[in-house]
Amino acid sequence: MSTSTGSPRETTSNGIVNSLTTGRLPRWAPWVILGASWLVSLGIFTLMAAATASELNIVLALVVGTVLFNIAIYVIARLIEGPRQATNRLVTSLVASAFVIALLPLISLIFTVIATGLARFDLAFFSNSMRNVVGEGGGAIHAITGTLLITGMATLISVPVGILAAIYLVEYGRGRLSQAITFFVDVMTGIPSIVAGLFAYAFFSLIFSDPGIRFGFGGSIALCLLMIPVVVRSSEEMLRIVPNELREAAYALGVPKWLTILKVVIPTSIAGIATGVTLSIARVIGETAPLLIIAGFTTSVNTDLFSDRMMTLPVYVYTQYANPGVDVDVYLERAWTGALTLILIVMALNLIARLIARIFSPKLGR
Amino acid sequence: MTTAPAVRKAKVRPADRIFAASTIIAGSLILAALAAVALFLLAESIPALIADPAELPGSPESFWAYAGPLIFGTIWAAALALIFALPISLGIALFISHYAPRRIAQVLGYVIDLLAAVPSVVFGLWGIKVLAPALVPLYTWLVDNLGFLPFFTQPVSGTGRTILTVAIVLAVMILPIITAISREVFLQTPVLHEEAALALGATRWEMIQMAVLPFGRPGVISAAMLGLGRALGETMVVAMVLSPAIVITFVLTGSTNSNTIAGNIALSFPEAFGISVNTLIATGLVLFVITLVINSIARYIVSRRKAFSGAN
Repeated sequence: MSTSTGSPRETTSNGIVNSLTTGRLPRWAPWVILGASWLVSLGIFTLMAAATASELNIVLALVVGTVLFNIAIYVIARLIEGPRQATNRLVTSLVASAFVIALLPLISLIFTVIATGLARFDLAFFSNSMRNVVGEGGGAIHAITGTLLITGMATLISVPVGILAAIYLVEYGRGRLSQAITFFVDVMTGIPSIVAGLFAYAFFSLIFSDPGIRFGFGGSIALCLLMIPVVVRSSEEMLRIVPNELREAAYALGVPKWLTILKVVIPTSIAGIATGVTLSIARVIGETAPLLIIAGFTTSVNTDLFSDRMMTLPVYVYTQYANPGVDVDVYLERAWTGALTLILIVMALNLIARLIARIFSPKLGR
Repeated sequence: MTTAPAVRKAKVRPADRIFAASTIIAGSLILAALAAVALFLLAESIPALIADPAELPGSPESFWAYAGPLIFGTIWAAALALIFALPISLGIALFISHYAPRRIAQVLGYVIDLLAAVPSVVFGLWGIKVLAPALVPLYTWLVDNLGFLPFFTQPVSGTGRTILTVAIVLAVMILPIITAISREVFLQTPVLHEEAALALGATRWEMIQMAVLPFGRPGVISAAMLGLGRALGETMVVAMVLSPAIVITFVLTGSTNSNTIAGNIALSFPEAFGISVNTLIATGLVLFVITLVINSIARYIVSRRKAFSGAN
């Protein structure tokens, strides 16, 4: 950092040159270099593709072009601006490249799911089950009802427990118990989903002494285990940002504590809590592993949570991929359509969460 | 109300008591649930731990001979995923917090969060149908040219269903969680530190080196460990993409790969019965303990600096 890490900026300024911008690359330089390196790389790859009569790999060409750009900008900046600026420019382009690298799988995934999933995204998919379907046709109505029932039940259990626990942590919690709850809620967010499924299986198979037990409610319990910590964390955060003045004003008017919480604190933070709950539903609705273990899979509609196997959408996608019949493509098409439906549901939930947050959030003047 | 102002305790209403008690019950229920997880998994594992090893699936010498390759595979896949994900996540986090223009930074954050919204089974389907075939030429090239390294020995996998593919998909899946936490931590760097560095003539990268990274180090470490915990427990990608075998191998590009605990459970559980169910649950217990330890360490590091708690 000392001034001696010299910069070759001793340009003999004869009057007109701006000493602040000499020895610096102009602002447009990185973009020009980036475009040039992409063009060079594309040119080389086109020539190679023509020489070997193979197909032009545009993605690979762009990746090589980006690497070329990183090298070029470092060398050019080092020659003109000195080593410190060169490192700075190199890091800037590396950091931007990291972002683009992360976008590649996202774009590829969404493109594939939409392109291949639309083939079977029809009425039959949403009105038929897989009962007695061997080859073409069939649908996922049994999986969709199963997902809605199991996730709905999990929500019904998790939301009261989660919100009450958050209220305890914010309004009542003092000392050891609240510290323990905070710590273990954090730890619970890291429980692998498959362990939650194994727990539900171990719990119910021991209680009912039925080693082959599979039913929907067990799936709800497994999902609860994954959902409760998320609800607690988000609700806790929302309750904490309710200004203390509101509580104190209520107490000063003689309102009991429980009414203060129910009528003042919760209404103020209800938007945030609802957002958190919606996001937690979005998180568990795509869970596959626990449901594979405790809810099992079937081909027909089952609306009774408490008996028999129940299909869910993620497990449907998995079984269509894993246990295909003779005509593999038909099964894969259904799997992709199931994946598309699942992504649409999750996206819709995320969108709803953002809308709730935007529309119903109290105007606190911040 | 009008009588002598003696020291009076606040009036305790029954409703107050009921409400307070129900919140305590809800809180304790969470602790009880976690204890029940450990207890019931243990209860169902004991038959496998005390049984004659010959009865276990594959008749290994002992339970640990059965679990050993699985434990190795779990840690190996998760560690590879972390190696790929960590530098990229840090790059993205820095890009969003310190490089991208303020106005679009938030949007870029949403885009990365989109990755977290994709269900794991969809990642599995994408991994096996799109990524694995696309990586086969790369693997062939690696084995042909770097075959002298122990990671790329012959023969090469013809389907791309290798531990390396799994690790790449896992890396994509843990990117959002590491990015989200690191980003929060980087944004909390005291602005005065950053401005002081810039005022002394530091370039942006030197400012990040001097002010942002030292401040964010504990947060980044715990973010990495949370990502590791996520990767250890990820099931469907492994179950769908990997072509597994019961081996301990460091080869990244072959067609025999160490399976992971979670992947093995998902593949074997639907057809398992009797003692093999108990064996699978016992491996699940091992996984539970591993993730519990890693997450506890991460949370401990986070809780020493309260403000870093980026867990949502």
